[in-house]
Amino acid sequence: MMQYFNEKKYFWEKIKEKSIENFFLFNGLFAIFILIGIFVLLFVESIPALKEVSILDFLTKVNWDPTSPEKAEYGMLAMIASTFLATVGSMILAVPIGIASAAYIAEIANHRTREIIKPTIEILAGIPSVVIGFLGIVVLGPMLAKLFGTSNGLNALNGSILLAIMSLPTIISISEDAIMSVPQDYKNASLALGASRWETLVRVTLPAASSGIFAAVMLGMGRAVGETMTVLMATGNAPAMPHSLTDPVRTMTATIAIELGETVQGSVHYHSLFVIGVILFFISFLVNLVSDIVLNRYQKVNK
Amino acid sequence: MKLYMTLILAILSMSVMVLSQDMILIKGSDTLINLVQNLSEVYMEENPNTAIAVTGGGSGVGIAALISNTVAIANASRPMKDKEYSAAKENGVVPIEVVIGIDGLSVIVNDGIPVESLTVAQIGAIFRGEVNNWQEVGGPSQAVSLYGRQPSSGTYVFFQEHVLGNKNYSPKMKQMNGNAQIIEGVKADKAAIGYVGVGYVFDDNRNVMKGLKVLKVAADKNSDPVDPLISENVKSGKYPIARALYQYINGKPKGAVLDFLKFETGKGQKIVEEMGFYPVAGEYLENNKKAGL
Repeated sequence: MMQYFNEKKYFWEKIKEKSIENFFLFNGLFAIFILIGIFVLLFVESIPALKEVSILDFLTKVNWDPTSPEKAEYGMLAMIASTFLATVGSMILAVPIGIASAAYIAEIANHRTREIIKPTIEILAGIPSVVIGFLGIVVLGPMLAKLFGTSNGLNALNGSILLAIMSLPTIISISEDAIMSVPQDYKNASLALGASRWETLVRVTLPAASSGIFAAVMLGMGRAVGETMTVLMATGNAPAMPHSLTDPVRTMTATIAIELGETVQGSVHYHSLFVIGVILFFISFLVNLVSDIVLNRYQKVNK
Repeated sequence: MKLYMTLILAILSMSVMVLSQDMILIKGSDTLINLVQNLSEVYMEENPNTAIAVTGGGSGVGIAALISNTVAIANASRPMKDKEYSAAKENGVVPIEVVIGIDGLSVIVNDGIPVESLTVAQIGAIFRGEVNNWQEVGGPSQAVSLYGRQPSSGTYVFFQEHVLGNKNYSPKMKQMNGNAQIIEGVKADKAAIGYVGVGYVFDDNRNVMKGLKVLKVAADKNSDPVDPLISENVKSGKYPIARALYQYINGKPKGAVLDFLKFETGKGQKIVEEMGFYPVAGEYLENNKKAGL
């Protein structure tokens, strides 16, 4: 009799176990389904445009002017360059500052300073992008105009600085976690060998945390590539090919945001906006892929 | 218990009130948004049973919404295109055109630029990017900084058709998100030129905003430059880039929509003038009559 109950109990336990396992499996798969769904939607919606305009034209022509009364143009080169310029500019600013402040918070700051700085940086992440874009128009723009002697400050540099500010919280908090998780033994060993604290930080701690820092930079870059509102407000949105950081730019995300509302559904213009979406998707996919490959290599070297 | 009953009754009566209200959704032109918002606020004060919601996005957005039948009224600062009429027809929407005011589309420059007037051809050349230094039109030697609207804007389309001669805008033109942003940009930029609805150039005291200059525009080399700030010039059609401000509805207006349109084209014309635009006149009055106003 006892044995029968035990068996029954065991049976239910097993089902419970299995269903919990399946629940988590389902959650994992769900994210993948959503991703595939988004990609399929983007791709299917972009096909009608690709039938009218070849993908080569999209990628090699410079000008984007689908509503032109002369001849509709669907070149994406200028906006890809714009996105690239704004993103690279922001990373040049944000990466050194981000890693330095992460190192300071993790290694040098005393407990109290850390408790003040960390939450403050996290609050920075919560500021809506519209507010940051507004700052770009009224504060940063006039400042840059004065600094560079241009007539206005609505340009790629303005966008880069704002994007740097927006990606800093991501870069700092993830790098800081990575630096924190470097085992104390490494640092002790280095210090015991006679290295100074600076040498230990630069030669031992940061390299040991490099995979985490790299991931932080990539996530920050993802934020910068995909940000819409801020660049839409602060970069001037001129569709011309930019030649320097002080030229106005119109990024891919801004183009989609500006034009999607007015296009007639089903027109070539409408579908060509999805082509931009597909290209953006590939760019962020590439960023993730590269970071994955680099991470793997580092981990192998570390082992 | 009694308190609860009153509360429930209050909520019920409120929801009945909301249900019995007429809801009018209006969407479209950024040039018209402030004007129509003011008109609807005054109208709602007089007619508490009607609720009106006005949103922007650009004339193209408003017309697209009318075609897909999601709004009652589309604001537009340009007439509907043939393409849009046929798209409406496919969806079973019959657009009826009403004019609620006249705009002297104003070309503005930073007040540091010593240019007072330009011809339509000169303005077109500047915005096409053919003229890119102020020197070429009698200003100082300084690169021109262009401010315009986005393709979803009726002002963008109207300007392209009537000033640029239906040619492409210079890709160097900064595409701003609304009239107000162009104003801010031009005020801050010493080399700036831009275009906005005339209702946007005034401050609260009905003076032209500090930092701005509204150019006089000449139809061609041989005619006199005309100031859009003088209402006679715009009403008489002497100002070369005057335009009508439209509203489109699906089918002959009736009920609350008809009442609101009657208010806009009647008593509301005073508000149109207060906002810096000009009242409906001439052929447009006939046009409105045909729509049943």
